Amino acid sequence: MDTSRQHDSGALPGDFAIWIFIFAELLVFGVFFLAYAFSRANNVELFNESQLELNRLAGAVNTIVLLTSSYFVVRAVASIRANDTRHCGHWLLAAIAVGGVFLIIKMFEFGEKFSAGVSLSTNTFFMFYLSLTFFHFMHVILGMVILAAVLLKTRRGGYSADDHTGVETGASYWHMVDLVWLILFPLVYVIH
Amino acid sequence: MQYSSQAVAKPYFIAAIGLFIGQILFGLIIGTQYVIGDFLFPEIPFNVARMVHTNLLIVWLLFGFMGAAYYLVPEEAERELFSPKLAIAMFWIFLVAGALTIVGYLAVPYATLAAVTGNDLLPTMGREFLEQPTITKVGIVVVALAFLYNIGMTIITGRKTVINIVLLTGLTGLAVLFLFSFYNPINLVLDKMFWWWVVHLWVEGVWELIMGAILAFVLIRLTGVDREVIEKWLYVIIAMALITGIIGTGHHYYWIGTPEYWQWWGSIFSALEPIPFFMMTVFAFTMVNRRRKEHPNKAATLWALGTAVMAFLGAGVWGFLHTLAPVNFYTHGSQITAAHGHMAFYGAYVLVVITMISYAWPHLQHNAPAANGRAQLLEMWSFWLMTISIVFITLFLTGAGILQVYLQRVSDTPLPFMVVQDKIALFYWLRLYTGLIFFAGLCLYVYSFFAKGKESLASS
Repeated sequence: MDTSRQHDSGALPGDFAIWIFIFAELLVFGVFFLAYAFSRANNVELFNESQLELNRLAGAVNTIVLLTSSYFVVRAVASIRANDTRHCGHWLLAAIAVGGVFLIIKMFEFGEKFSAGVSLSTNTFFMFYLSLTFFHFMHVILGMVILAAVLLKTRRGGYSADDHTGVETGASYWHMVDLVWLILFPLVYVIH
Repeated sequence: MQYSSQAVAKPYFIAAIGLFIGQILFGLIIGTQYVIGDFLFPEIPFNVARMVHTNLLIVWLLFGFMGAAYYLVPEEAERELFSPKLAIAMFWIFLVAGALTIVGYLAVPYATLAAVTGNDLLPTMGREFLEQPTITKVGIVVVALAFLYNIGMTIITGRKTVINIVLLTGLTGLAVLFLFSFYNPINLVLDKMFWWWVVHLWVEGVWELIMGAILAFVLIRLTGVDREVIEKWLYVIIAMALITGIIGTGHHYYWIGTPEYWQWWGSIFSALEPIPFFMMTVFAFTMVNRRRKEHPNKAATLWALGTAVMAFLGAGVWGFLHTLAPVNFYTHGSQITAAHGHMAFYGAYVLVVITMISYAWPHLQHNAPAANGRAQLLEMWSFWLMTISIVFITLFLTGAGILQVYLQRVSDTPLPFMVVQDKIALFYWLRLYTGLIFFAGLCLYVYSFFAKGKESLASS
């Protein structure tokens, strides 16, 4: 990989506005995680018991899936920094496709829970589980839409080694989606 | 004024201010009735006066938004308004329908009004803020559609800017969400749920887009800061407003029969609702500090900055005070709500409409960028009188609310509602006196339109 073009100025990659957005999103999830932690502290047994009903395998696979997708986005940014529009497009497409895999596994997981009669009103644990995973699910979709917009512009030749803020912007958002999952998965599925 | 059709904004602004005066007069009446229960009884009962007070507020703000749109859109789209005649026709229809509705409220008992206007055919009446007879609601929809058509055609065939797209989105949302006022399910829980789709999603959703767009428009003109910079702020602010505000509807779903998860969703999302308001404050001050020119209309700048600060305090801080479910368990429907309502409506929406009027009026009336120095000075005085009054009204109601919640709901020996009301009457008296000062500020504001003077403020 060509690393000579790496930004080392300390400036945030991508559009500054997306960072305000990212911090706001992290804040929402952060508050949600805190609320989860406080609720759990008051209902440790209930949380531990309900947690065992989750499909940890699906969660673990999805962690790998999202990390892979994030890696593809990294490659896309590296490609455009090397002025390689064609490969940038390919990597972006791969990232979006793998994002789709996440959604499919997640829907399978949701279906499993719904058919077992689990709902937002089952208990506090499942309220958090469904809310957190659903909000994250919506963010994966939004991330894919953003990446798709970046992909379209890439294909039209809208980015180059000198001007690819848009690619970095999309990549930053996608990494945020990934990061949230990296906290969500151990917190909700594993730790007890 | 760049386009002659912008002049249609003028009657809208005049009507808005006229109805504003009416709103405040009825506010003073109910403020008095709080402490002298039979004041003006039986001519104007409290429930009727309160209905007039709140309905006038909504209607004059709508006049203000429409006037703002008619002024702003041609300039942004760089073309004349699609149909000035339609705009004027809709103005009269809306004004006459609004006036008849108010006369109906005051002249006959509400039940008679419902019977006369055929509420039994499509029952929509009887819900707070949506008390209008069904036929008035239909009229509002017709006016809104004609308005959107007019504005939409102007934008579609003209220059599309972020500001007019955001404004159009907000106005469309306003019209679409109003349709839920026709949905009146028998089930009271569902009724309340969808009632909030109008009430909450207006003021904490689409109206924020309208407010953001108006503020951005005025700030571009006043400060000369690059449009790109202001547009980016606008994007981020409205995104945050929608992220937090839409699910934030949940803070109205506590204890009304909806599932318990709303307590979590409502608390978490609405706890973040102050953020877009805070960003708006930072935005307004940053833009004014980075200004590239000294605009002679100092009064408009003051109103704009006031909007940002007061919206943050009223909607953001005072909203947060009672938005968390465990707090709201005690404060629900108390004077805390009234305190928040007063400052939020004044800060966010009253002020943004006046900001627009303050900016546009000199262009409309004198074809000049600013009013004369004396008029501006009076305007600024009226700003401070009204703003300080509303701050104190809010503080007094908050005091009343804290005592009310404690005496009635928290204390070991809870007292009945009316006993508590007597005990906190002092705060209601103070609120009433402050209301009179607010009214004086409003009179001064109206007077400023007629104030003569030669030099402009910039040269003085």
